[in-house]
Amino acid sequence: MYVAVKGGEAAIDNAHRLLADRRRGNREVADLGLDQIMEQLSLAVDRVMSEGALYDRELAALAIKQARGDLIEAIFLARAYRTTLPRFGYTQPVDTGRMQVERRISACFKDLPGGQLLGPTFDYTHRLLDPALAGDAAPETPEVREPDTAPMMRVSDFLGQEGLLEPAPDAADKPVPDDIARNPMSYPMDRDARLQALARGDEGFLLSMGYSTQRGYARSHPFAGEIRIGEVELEIAVPELEFAAPLGRIQVTECQMVNQFQGSAKAPPQFTRGYGLVFGQAERKAMAMALVDRALRATELGEDLTAPAQDEEFVIAHSDNVQATGFVEHLKLPHYVDFQSELNLVRRMRAEAEVRDETRQEAAE
Amino acid sequence: MTHLDAGREEVIATYNFAYLDEQTKRMIRRAILKGIAVPGYQVPFASREMPMPYGWGTGGVQVTAAIIGPDDRLKVIDQGADDTTNAISIRKFFERTTGVETTTVTAQASIIQTRHRIPETPLAPGQVLVFQVPIPEPLRFLEPRETETRTMHALEEYGVMHVKLYEDIARHGHIATTYAYPVKVEGRYVTDPSPTPKFDNPKMHRNPALQLFGAGREMRIYAIPPWTEVVSLDFEDHPFEVQAFERPCALCGAADVFLDEVITDDRGGRMFVCSDTDHCNTRQDQGHVGEQQG
Amino acid sequence: MAETDFLSGGLADPVMAGQSAFRAIMQAMAEPGTVHAVSDCPTPPGGLSRTMAAVATTLCDADTPIWLDPSLAGNSQVVKWLAFHTGAPVTAESGDAMFGFVSDTASMPTLDRFAQGTDAYPDRSTTLVLAVDGFDAGQLLSLAGPGIESTRRFAFAPMPETFIDQWSGNRARFPRGVDLILAGPAAVACLPRSTRITSGED
Repeated sequence: MYVAVKGGEAAIDNAHRLLADRRRGNREVADLGLDQIMEQLSLAVDRVMSEGALYDRELAALAIKQARGDLIEAIFLARAYRTTLPRFGYTQPVDTGRMQVERRISACFKDLPGGQLLGPTFDYTHRLLDPALAGDAAPETPEVREPDTAPMMRVSDFLGQEGLLEPAPDAADKPVPDDIARNPMSYPMDRDARLQALARGDEGFLLSMGYSTQRGYARSHPFAGEIRIGEVELEIAVPELEFAAPLGRIQVTECQMVNQFQGSAKAPPQFTRGYGLVFGQAERKAMAMALVDRALRATELGEDLTAPAQDEEFVIAHSDNVQATGFVEHLKLPHYVDFQSELNLVRRMRAEAEVRDETRQEAAE
Repeated sequence: MTHLDAGREEVIATYNFAYLDEQTKRMIRRAILKGIAVPGYQVPFASREMPMPYGWGTGGVQVTAAIIGPDDRLKVIDQGADDTTNAISIRKFFERTTGVETTTVTAQASIIQTRHRIPETPLAPGQVLVFQVPIPEPLRFLEPRETETRTMHALEEYGVMHVKLYEDIARHGHIATTYAYPVKVEGRYVTDPSPTPKFDNPKMHRNPALQLFGAGREMRIYAIPPWTEVVSLDFEDHPFEVQAFERPCALCGAADVFLDEVITDDRGGRMFVCSDTDHCNTRQDQGHVGEQQG
Repeated sequence: MAETDFLSGGLADPVMAGQSAFRAIMQAMAEPGTVHAVSDCPTPPGGLSRTMAAVATTLCDADTPIWLDPSLAGNSQVVKWLAFHTGAPVTAESGDAMFGFVSDTASMPTLDRFAQGTDAYPDRSTTLVLAVDGFDAGQLLSLAGPGIESTRRFAFAPMPETFIDQWSGNRARFPRGVDLILAGPAAVACLPRSTRITSGED
């Protein structure tokens, strides 16, 4: 005799217990501390902070631990927490020109004021697995120079002086930026909203989209004008105070892509900008973001729309990995009511087709 | 107020009643009111990440979280059943974050959150039915761009939908859409009923309950107030019709309900039982028997 | 009134009060012309009714520009109270407001002076909150439309001048148009733009 399926509740509880067990793994291996994740998996923490859109290293580390290292899951945890937080206000725009720089490179100039500063980069490492790291080998003490507190001028500012680079958008044109976490997105978007969406967009997706522009799908002749990583001061304007109150410092990665531009009916030939700004150290993401930002400015610059990376609705609507993973994975949920409807329809259509075949045969005989 | 702590001595994460912060609730509440005022129109809202994945009911959960209070009694169903895993997960979420009473009995619930079905038991005035909606735009698969579909709604230009249904008739002799079958609300907006089987479409028409629809990932809320005209699109020579099942429910004998097909063995054995578990149990308690019990 | 009185008069439990007030407004909007009790109201300064204050704290915040009619805008305690308890920015342009608060209902600006939304985004319209004395007196209206089984008899007073004509203009703009929340003593009723007033006889 058939009895309707029951026991889903116990099944869920048991699955959660098993998950917790598997997350912990062998109990004889030391438990992973949040400090270890923050210190030793810091780029994973940075990715969770930037795509989770929540600058909190400890919570990001907790999310990574809880997600068993699945970063999209960790990003999801961070977002789902972030979304419940009340909004107290908006900081002033950060001034990356006053960044306390740890890394700064330009592909456009051999040397420039402030110099090229490699910083902690994988770039020139040989990708050879290092057996010493399997143990607890202490690294050498790094060279440290005297901190230079003088502002380091941005490459875009040098180019801007000559008028060769389009001016940066004037903040005064839009004193209150959009907030995609608070306002429903609508297309076409302004660049400020678009950049916000890109800043929390999936690194892999943006990487592929940016890559596609280099391969001829909306070629934009990019040069890495400048990439800088370092700490910037956050300040908030308090109406009761005369000055902006400092909130603290955060680490960001900024990429200013400089793109050749032939000029159009609207603008003379000059270099144009693609912009990327990401929490933490996340150079690949910042560069991909800058490429995609530039591609998405096609309409504004009067360029032909020919490629996926120029299609705002396509790119923005599919860049969020929390949305994407949810909807792809929702196919796991039961759909048997709809499937039943389709099953009935297919059976009916097959029966109708059989009748038609028979009628046709009879007519032929 | 409910606080979920992170299980550490110093709490590093806390949550509000019904999870959402008050500012978010106000934003959703404003969207709900607009949706009610313009029946069938999809109101954009700044959907939040929820602690369950997008596509798993985040729109419905946000709507429920924005309206639920301590006096409510909540029922959650998926595929018509209270005991499907995702229904259990969502019910537990609200038990944990609000402490409200839950029920499986349709008639006792003040809020019913659903995925893919409308309960068989007729709803009563004052009840609220909250639908989880994956793709709220009925025109989406005919036109992928939001900028285009929004204009089509603005101009009330729904010819493309009729062409699609008519192509079905030309090819198959009948309309081949079995679920998410588009409806017209109060003679104005073509609206997606969510992926309920078209069997449930007639229940939306002049329903005494308030029907709210939440699409989290797509960031839309819409509503059908009580007693609103909801008409399934069709043609004079091909009127709308619902699925009919050849046999009644094998457990409770109900004939006018939507049935699930259950495969009972590996030799092609199958039986048909109510998709609405509460309806089926209630009927069995009342002494109705199906062929299996007969 | 003391300088800092605008700081007081909030709700002891704003989370629950907001929830129950919203449910009253939602049911009122879903069933136009029905009256729903709002029990837990804040205590604003004189000039702003307690029910209006409940609607404001339930629905308005820093994201919702509000417009105040001259009698409210001229009352500095009311303005300060709303600013402190909702954070909503006040706009002088009725057409920019997401919510309009009208205390002097009889001399309200006409409905078409408020934001109507667009054909593509009819939700970008003003919701008007009108202070009324009650729902027992005044011209008897017959309502029809979504949320109403056949017709519903409804009255509120005071009614703005030429209201029935204005409303038929509002209905003609559907799906554009404004929605009304009528704030009576400890109760609300609503007229969404979908409602038709089929007769205005006494």
